[in-house]
Parts: sequence; C-alpha cells; structure tokens
Amino acid sequence: MTSIEGALLDFKRLDRLATGDTGIHRLDPRSKVLVTLVFIVSVVSFGKYELSAMIPFFIFPVVMVALGNLPAVYIAKKIALLCPFALVVGMFNPVFDRQVILHLGPLAISGGWISFASIGIRAVLTVGIALILVGVTGFSAVCRALEQMGMPQVFVVQLLFLYRYIFVLTEEGARTARARELRSFGKKGMELKSFGSLVGHLLLRTWERAERVYRAMLCRGFNGVFHVSRSFRFGLRELLFTIGWSSLFILFRLVNLPQILGTIITELLR
Amino acid sequence: MSHHIVEVKDLHYTYPDNTVALNGVSFRITHGEAAAIIGANGAGKSTLLLHLNGFLAPTTGQVRVGDFPLTKETLPEVRRTVGMVFQDPDDQLFMPTVYDDVAFGPLNLGLSSEEVAVRVMESLTRVGAEHLRDKPPYRLSGGEKKRVAIATVLAMSPSILVMDEPTAGLDPFARRQLILLLREFKHTRIFTSHDLDMVLELCSRVIVMHNGTVRADGPPAEIFRDDALLAACHLERPFSMQGCVACGGSGANRQK
Repeated sequence: MTSIEGALLDFKRLDRLATGDTGIHRLDPRSKVLVTLVFIVSVVSFGKYELSAMIPFFIFPVVMVALGNLPAVYIAKKIALLCPFALVVGMFNPVFDRQVILHLGPLAISGGWISFASIGIRAVLTVGIALILVGVTGFSAVCRALEQMGMPQVFVVQLLFLYRYIFVLTEEGARTARARELRSFGKKGMELKSFGSLVGHLLLRTWERAERVYRAMLCRGFNGVFHVSRSFRFGLRELLFTIGWSSLFILFRLVNLPQILGTIITELLR
Repeated sequence: MSHHIVEVKDLHYTYPDNTVALNGVSFRITHGEAAAIIGANGAGKSTLLLHLNGFLAPTTGQVRVGDFPLTKETLPEVRRTVGMVFQDPDDQLFMPTVYDDVAFGPLNLGLSSEEVAVRVMESLTRVGAEHLRDKPPYRLSGGEKKRVAIATVLAMSPSILVMDEPTAGLDPFARRQLILLLREFKHTRIFTSHDLDMVLELCSRVIVMHNGTVRADGPPAEIFRDDALLAACHLERPFSMQGCVACGGSGANRQK
C-alpha cells in the first residue's frame, strides 16, 4: 500500500509543478488545451502501421518540458507507469497479424509487430503530453479552460470534484488497507472475501462524505450553478502559440517528413 | 436584532430506521450568546445541528431562526443567517483553491466579482489565512484547513455561527489559536464539543444533552460542578476543574 501512497504523493508533485512561472505556465490554459487536443488527434489519427511519421511529434513534448522547466526524468517515469496498459492493448497484435510488411536486411518484420510499436509510440506521446499539460497548467485550470471552450458544466464540475477528492479517497483507502494488513498474518485475512467488504465500506463512506459535501454546498447557497470568479486573457501570444503548433502538427500529420528526409539523403548519396 | 436568535421548541426526530434521536428538545439562544451543546456520543448533538440548518425536518416541533420559523420557503434565508462549520474541513473545502472555496458562497449570493474579492480577502484576513489564498485545500495542514473552513462561512456574513467539534483533531497550538479567534467573534455562537475546557473558556452557557433530551441548561461553572449530572450523562469535569494532575488527590508532589 505504501506504493499507492507513494504514487499519490508523486501525483501531488505534478500539481505542484503547475505553480511554476515560465512563459509556458503564463499562457492562457485554453491555448494549451487546444494545442494538446490538436496534437492528440493528429497522433491518434495515423494509420495502424505508421511509425516514422510519428517521430517528429516528439519535438512538442521536448520543447514543452524544456521551456516549462519540468523534470524530464520524473515525467518519463510517470509515462512508464502508464505504458503497460497500452502494451496490453497491443499485446496480441504480433500473434494475430503475421503478414510480413517490412524487411530490415535479413530481418522480416510482421505487421503485428509494427502496429504494436505504433501503439506504444502513440501511448508515450499522448500520455506524455497529457501529463505535461497538467504539469504546466494545473488540473483545475485545464477544467476551467474546457468549460470556457463550451464543455457542459456538469462534466467540468465532476472532473473538479474527482480531482479534489481523489486525494482524500486514496488516503482513506490506504489507511483501510493498512489496517487490514496489520491484522492479517500471511495469507489469512487477505482473501478476496475480506477485500470485497473493504471496498464496500469504502464506497459507503464515500457516499456519506458526498452527502456531507453536498450539505456544505447547500449551506453556502449552492443552487446548481457553479460560478467561476476568474477569467484568462487570450492574447496575441496565445494566438501565435495555438496557430503555430497546430499548423506544425497538421503538417506533420499530412507530410511524412522522416520519409522525405530519408529519400533526399539516399538521393544525395546515390 | 432578533435575527440572531435560535429557538427550538419541543423538537422530536426519529430516523427512518426508528432510532429516536431527539425526544422533545427545547431551548432559546439569544443574540451574542456563546452556547455549547455537550453530551455523550449518540446523545443527539449532531442530529440537532442538522435541524438548525434545515437538513433534517423535525418529526414534530419547530425550529425558529431569527424571525422565521424554518420552512421550505425560508430555507435559503435561514441558511444564509446560520453559518455552519463542519467537523471535517475536507467536507467543506471542495473547490480547487482556497480563494475559490471562500468565494463559493458569496458568488452564490449573486455578488459582483469585485465585492466577492473584497469579502474573500476580509474573511481570510480575519482568520489569518490570507497567505493561503492560492493553495489547493489538500495541501493545507489541519489547523489551516479549519481556519479556511471558518473563512468560507464568514464570507457569507452570517449572524449565527454553528460549529461541530471545532477543536477536534487540532494540535494544542492550533487549538489555542482557534479558541482565541472564536472568542473575538461577536456572532451568536453554538458549538458542539467534547473539549470541555474549550467550552469552559468560550461559552457563557452549556446545554447538556442525554438520550435525545436536554438534561441541563445553565452557566458552565454551575453545570461542571454538578458531578452527579455529569456522571449520569457520561461526562466529567473539564481538566482545568479536576484539580492538579501532577500532585493528584493525595496532595503529594509527584513531580521531581
């Protein structure tokens, strides 16, 4: 359970990064969210055997990490933590898709392996950029940006509450799990049966907390609308940032630059 | 200033599972009074508090806050008049930052954002937490959370402050700071607490509850001397009235 608490503390660190004060941090969250969306859509929309065309996209995370003064190793570790999920998704591709589509010298590579690698790269790019977005913007600012861009308030509020109480809930869960561990010896007490009731209790407690939170909201005149007191300024800097990066991504998406580069080099060598 | 009055008349409340929580509770707390509601666990304190803000509707009996009897129509007004500070500040601080949280109430009252900003800073300064304004709640210490929770309520400018276990879970220093802060308030104050020393310091009146009824109601000095009453209600004297712990009853000096 210490690992869960450790991961949680680490997650708080991501949020703390958002309090930095660099040019990237100061940008209006909307522009960062927009650029991130264009980035993710461009990366995800590639064909399933695409590998080389995705490479140029790495420039964006690298630039953001450098300009946003984020700890690169920390971000890399967070990405590595989430990558197994993506690998599970692509795990069976090499098994089912055995048609050879690429020859590297004597080595024949099947389509399955290529699509597997492609999923891996996509995962690294999209997860990485999402983490970086939170790191340079902060979760609540991302939510506010989404709201200002027209996302229904219900969803935004759900996200904000999720983020606010995930820390409380994980700590509660970790405490409960520790209590169970302390009173179970070896395998005894760690079975699925006791785990079930533990999770059930956690759910009931969460439910009760939700009621108390709602009461606290009613106490302060909540009537279904969340008022937001601050607004951001979408100025020239934001406009340039958004248009610049977005058009670059669209260019990367439409033109396979590494391939063109490769062709030019081979032409020159010939 | 009759809107600072809280009156409860013959309040009965039975939970849906037939647990009788309140069994004929009556009292009247007037302007500027600091009253403590004390009693053993399960005596009905929390249920009573939930009535003061209209979260529970009495089975029979009436709650009056200021000039209004508490009904569906007067509920918004009553909730504005009665500021409630919850026992667990994590329940009360649900917005992304301290500022947003304190602003939540005033914004719901429909104030302009300039007015809201003034109120937020006033409330935060009042509790000595202005430096925390941009922090997210989960990064505050227990004492800081409590202060901010009080600020969120002050920002609504209530006439009556209701606090559930204000000193629970605070370290001695934070507890002392809180007591000093609460002493300065001119609101009508209602506390529930097991911290009887705090009650003794802060309150001019003590209401003792036992099994859903008011067992005694009077000045703390009087109530806390009645050992028979305290024992019957599963309470005991505040530590400061128990004589010297170091020398004990025998009077021998155990301290080296």
